[in-house]
Order: sequence, then structure tokens, then C-alpha cells
Amino acid sequence: MTTLPMIDTDIHPAIVENPELPDFVAEHELPSRDGDRVIQFREALREAMSEEMRRDKRVFLLGEEVAEYNGAYKVSQGMLDEFGPERIIDTPISENGFAGMSISAAMMGLRPIVEFMSWSFSFVAADPILNNAPKMLYMSGGQFGCPVVFRGNDGAGGQLASTHSWCVEALYANVPGLKMAIPSNPYDAKGLLKTAILDPDPVFFLESERMLGDKAHVPEEEYYIPFGRARVAREGDAITLVSFGRPVNFCLDAAEKLAEEGIDVEVLDMRTIRPLDIDSIIESVKKTNQVLVVDQSWPFASIASEVVTQICERCFDWLDAPPQRLNTEDVPTPYAKGLEYNYLPNPDRIYDAVRSMVNA
Amino acid sequence: MTQATVQSEQSMTTAKADSLTAGLAPSAKNASELPKEILLKWLRDMQLIREFENRTMQAYQQAKIGGFCHIYTGQEAVAVGTIGCVNHDDPVVTAYRDHGHALARGMTPEACMAEMFGKVTGCAKGKGGSMHMFDRRNWLFGGHGIVSAQTPMGAGFAFATKYEHEVLGKTVDGGEAKKKVTLCYMGDGALDQGAFHEAQNMASLWGLPVIYILENNGYSMGTSINRHTANHENLIDRAKGYGMTGVQIDGLDIMNIYNEFKPIVDQCREESRPAFIDLKTYRYQGHSMSDPQKYRTKDEVDQYKDKDSIAKLASDLMEMGHLSEDDWKSMQKEIRDEVRAAIDAAEAADAPEDSELFTDVYANPEKNLSPTAEYRHGTKNPLM
Ligand SMILES: Cc1ncc(C[n+]2csc(CCOP(=O)(O)OP(=O)(O)O)c2C)c(N)n1
Ligand SMILES: [Mg+2]
Repeated sequence: MTTLPMIDTDIHPAIVENPELPDFVAEHELPSRDGDRVIQFREALREAMSEEMRRDKRVFLLGEEVAEYNGAYKVSQGMLDEFGPERIIDTPISENGFAGMSISAAMMGLRPIVEFMSWSFSFVAADPILNNAPKMLYMSGGQFGCPVVFRGNDGAGGQLASTHSWCVEALYANVPGLKMAIPSNPYDAKGLLKTAILDPDPVFFLESERMLGDKAHVPEEEYYIPFGRARVAREGDAITLVSFGRPVNFCLDAAEKLAEEGIDVEVLDMRTIRPLDIDSIIESVKKTNQVLVVDQSWPFASIASEVVTQICERCFDWLDAPPQRLNTEDVPTPYAKGLEYNYLPNPDRIYDAVRSMVNA
Repeated sequence: MTQATVQSEQSMTTAKADSLTAGLAPSAKNASELPKEILLKWLRDMQLIREFENRTMQAYQQAKIGGFCHIYTGQEAVAVGTIGCVNHDDPVVTAYRDHGHALARGMTPEACMAEMFGKVTGCAKGKGGSMHMFDRRNWLFGGHGIVSAQTPMGAGFAFATKYEHEVLGKTVDGGEAKKKVTLCYMGDGALDQGAFHEAQNMASLWGLPVIYILENNGYSMGTSINRHTANHENLIDRAKGYGMTGVQIDGLDIMNIYNEFKPIVDQCREESRPAFIDLKTYRYQGHSMSDPQKYRTKDEVDQYKDKDSIAKLASDLMEMGHLSEDDWKSMQKEIRDEVRAAIDAAEAADAPEDSELFTDVYANPEKNLSPTAEYRHGTKNPLM
């Protein structure tokens, strides 16, 4: 358990020096993932924000419908009652405006959490989130940091079609100066979001509408999961599946079925994309000698492209076969249920890909 | 954390210790009642900007400065007059035509020039250049290159100062809470960006103490205002549409700026409200250093030069008995020497080490953030 000191009033535009970070502990020293405190993904997110808001008055949440509506997806349910309208702030539908505001508030030393109802709506805020937040520290020559968290639903919801189903990871991870976290389960969601709020750099935090109702044991105590540390979600030696966010769960489903057929796959949950724990990938590839990257963004210049490149650069000699990638199909997002299913990475596609790569 | 706080506390208080007013805006209602020292300081600051900019153009032509470079001559009274109405710890943010605001805020000519020369002694260690002037010690939050990017940010600084006052109950340097006003400068081209309308809406909705200062020089690059914005003669009605105070001010006469602008500052601070000021001004030079100016006549430029704000203030001060011809001449000479010294210093300073390329990317550089680069903590900024 990690407890940080209470902060209530100390704000200054000098946040870039001596950032206060938790003492991160090794994976096995984190509180247990097993237990009966079963809560939803959305509650884990809420718990992370609420804990940090109780500890640090500089932290506040703003976005569309976060306060009186209790959150478009009920992530912030009840937070208005606890923290009041000064810190849980309903905004107009002005992503460009309120994202821009959050950046200057962060430069002043506040710790804004900006909720995008969906990352699909973040494009109208492209200038503040891409052109300002990640570059502020650099272009000011180290004078002004930008400790802001942008969070919201990423990826296909349910049949929301082309405009509402964006996976922004490949587009946005291209930009130096930002960090990107993408949890696949409630336990990691809490620990990663708490770290994101403390981190002195802008963090893009990608959730999934389709996972907000997922349930798992989440410890009541406080814990912080460091960025850049992948988790072995399942051990195996036949092939390494590298994934992040929602498709990690598809990999685990496929792994289940493959295990019945005698194929033990290893599943790595990257948890953060920037930083990317390439060391853990290499370690696994050295054991399995085969790798498939499962990525919910489009294939062209995707996260999978980056992971495969780094694997080729760093451990080419350990590969028995060309590294493969399984992405969302390279078309706009369709509406029809069956089409959407086949468009996304899913357990069937992953199963087929592994069967084509591994001889049982 | 505590170390950083102490550091910023010190720098905030010492930064303008030499300022006549110890960083506080004067309280006089009318500029004619201001102490002579303040009026002379205005003249000096305006002339410093004029001289600095003239020398900047030379240096640009000699290829000592690269990139885009926007000259502020003609508009000096705006930056000096409006900044003269606020406290030193009221946040200021502006667009890319920013040298004047930086100097008016107290940045040294050397740090400003060295930044454009791409030297480590520049205000951003040579990483920002002409369009991105930042000076934490003087509460200058940029220099922003994207037209109107700074307008939501202006609302955000005001939000932060209000938050610190109302939620945290302390000032940024740990003292007693103060009511602050943010000055957010913008060109007339920025009127047309959606971001500005979103910003005004939120600033008014939430009672944010930000003043949008439109430096209305009549042109957005080569597009005159009647060709780029609707109902351009009546801009303050837009502000009123958002429930904000809107005032038009003649921006060529600094005494007039003080008289009209100061009450608005006081009101916004006291009532925690936004305002919009349409400040009529004019730029003498082209839009940037590469502008043949086909869109306006020399006559038009000359007409404005006849109403030059610096010449006007100098003659007003002579009339008031605050300044003699000789004083004025020696002030100009002193400024010439100061700017020349700044140029010499900038020239003599070192270019950043190649290793600076990888500093200041992250405040918390971690392993594996990049497949090709090793990020490090930044070396000390000369201004901090
Ligand atoms: C979003 C965006 N579009 C275009 C430009 C290119 N650009 C730079 S300055 C400028 C004109 C702006 O004029 P104005 O706002 O009136 O400011 P002034 O130059 O008169 O100070 C343009 C079109 C830009 N920097 N940002
Ligand atoms: Mg203009």
C-alpha cells in the first residue's frame, strides 16, 4: 500500500521540478488481484479519481455531463455530491475550448482531469491536446509543464458506426511529450489512473465503453501501477500475444480455447503504450520465438507496426517466423452487428491467426 | 515539491524588485495624475520595444534569426499600456507577435534576442524562437503560434486563479489568496476562430476574470478586417452577446489606454468577470519578415505613422514638463546602447549543446518512452 502526503493548498507554476511520484513496488508486492471486492471498471476509475481528489485539492474533473447527469457513462456518479460543483465541472460541448483551458490550468499548477465523452470527439480539440499539451515543456525551455489527464472511451462501442468508434492510440501515440495508458481490466484501471493523475506530464488515458461494466476484484486500498511495465496476463510458451486495452481480453478468450487444443500462448498486457515495455516483449519472445500483436487500431502505421518494428530491431535472431499483426480491418467502422464484430479484433480472428502460425 | 515552491516564491518576488511600483498596478484614476516615473517608464518601455524590433529586423536580414518573425512596431502602446494596468503576478498570454509583450513584462532584451538567435541564454534556451516567448518569472505564459490557441488558455489561467482563490484559499506562492486578472492578447484574425467563441462562452458562463485584448491592427496577414470578419465595425456587440463587458479603445494613445482600460481591469478583478476590448492599433511592418505588403498603400502606413504613439507620449510628457528634448535624446541613446549590448550578448552566447535536443520533453522521463531517443531532465533554464 502506498500512501502519499495530503496536499491541500500548495499550487505554483513550478510543477516541473521535483515531481512527487509514489514509490512504485514490484508487481508481486502490489495488493492481490484475487478477492471478493468485486466492482465495475467504471467504479474503479471513479475510485482512482476520488482518492486523488481527496488527497490533493489541485485535482478537479471537467467534461460534458460529468456532474449533474452523473457522467454520460456513470463513471463520475456521486462525485458531484462529494466534491461539489467547483471541482466536478459540467462543460458546454466545447472540446476545443475546455481542453485548451485545462492546459493553461495545468501550466499554473492545477491537476485537471478532462473527460471526453468519447475520444472520437477529441478531434475538435486536436490543437490543444496535440499541439499544446505535449509541447509546452519543450517549447518553454523547461519552464512550464502540463500535468493534465485526458480520459474517455476509446474504440468501438456497440454499433456506433464510423464517427463514434475511433481508436486514437495510433494517431496520438505518434506525438512525443505525451504518455498513453490503456488498461484492460478494473484492477489496472484504478492503479494506472492514480499514476496518471500524479504524473507531471500529459497523460492520454484510454478506456472502453464496452468494458465499463466489466467486474473484478479491486482492492479498497490505494496502489499505483507504474507506467512502462507490462503484465504477463497468461503464461505460455507456444507464441507471445502482445496486446493492450480491450483486445487483451479477446486474447485471453482465444488462449483458453487454444489451451484445450494443447497450444499454450503467452499473453502480455502492455498497460501503457508510451512508455512501451519492449523489454518484457523481448523477454517473452526469447521464450516463445513467435509473436502476434493484437491491436484495435487500423493497421497502417499502427501501434502493432511499431511493436513489430521494435521486435525486429531488438530480437530478430530469436524469431522462428516473421512477427505478425492482427489489427482492426482497414475500413471505416461499419454499423451492422456482424460486420462490426468481424471488423474488430475478436477471439475468433485471434484463434485463427494463432492456428495458422503454430502447429499443434 | 517544497524546494520548487521556495524557488518560485523567491523568483516571483525578486523578479521585478526594481520596478517602480513593486509589481503592483498604480491606483490613479487618470493617467495625468500618475507619478512622472511611471509615465517615463512607459515611454522608455515603448521606445525599448521600437528599438529592439528595428534591430530584430536587421538581425533577421543578416540571417541571425530564422523562422517566422513578426514585428510589433506601431503597436507598442497596447502592450505597455495594458500591462501597465495590472499587477506583476497577473498572468499574461499572447500570440506569436510577442516580443513587445515579453519586454513590457520585464523579460530582458538579451533573453528575448538570444531566444531568436537560438542560444542557450534565450528565454526558452533556444527551443521556442520568436513566436514562443515564455517567462515564468514574469508570469508570461507564451507566445503561441497557432492563431487563437491562446484564447481558451486565457480562460484557463483565469479559471486557475479563481480556483486558487476560491477552492485552495492560497496564492500560488503560498501567501494570502488574491484576486487576479488574466490578460489574453489576440490579433483580429483570431476573432474568426471557433476556439475564441468557445472561450468567451465559458469565461462568461463561469465568471472567469480574463480580459481579451483584441490588438485590432486591421489586418489578418493580407486580409483586411472588412474582408475577414462580419460586422467588423461593431465587434463589441459580440462580447455583449456573450454577456461580457465590451469596450472599444483608441490604442495609439497610451494615456487614453490607461484611462479606459484600468477601470475595466479593476472591475473584472473585483467582480470576477471577463471582458473584451477592441483596441484600435496599427502595425508598421509587414505581417512577417517576408511580406511585400501588396494589400495596403504606403499612404495608409504613413497616415498612421503621423499618429505615432511614442512620439505622442514624448510630446505629451514634454508639455507636462516631465521631459526635455535632451532627456528624450539621452533616453533614446541609452536604449540604443542597451539593445546593442543585448545583441552582442546574444551573439556571443553559446548555441545549445546537441544533447539539449532530448531534454525538456518530459518532466518525468521514463524508460522506453521512445524507440530511438533517450530523454533526460532539462538543464537549468537561464530564467529560472
Ligand atoms: C490556425 C492557424 N491558421 C493559420 C495560421 C497562419 N497565420 C499566422 S498569423 C496569421 C494572421 C493572423 O492575423 P491577426 O490575428 O490579425 O494577428 P496579427 O498578425 O495582425 O498580429 C495567419 C493566417 C496560424 N498560425 N494558425
Ligand atoms: Mg491583425
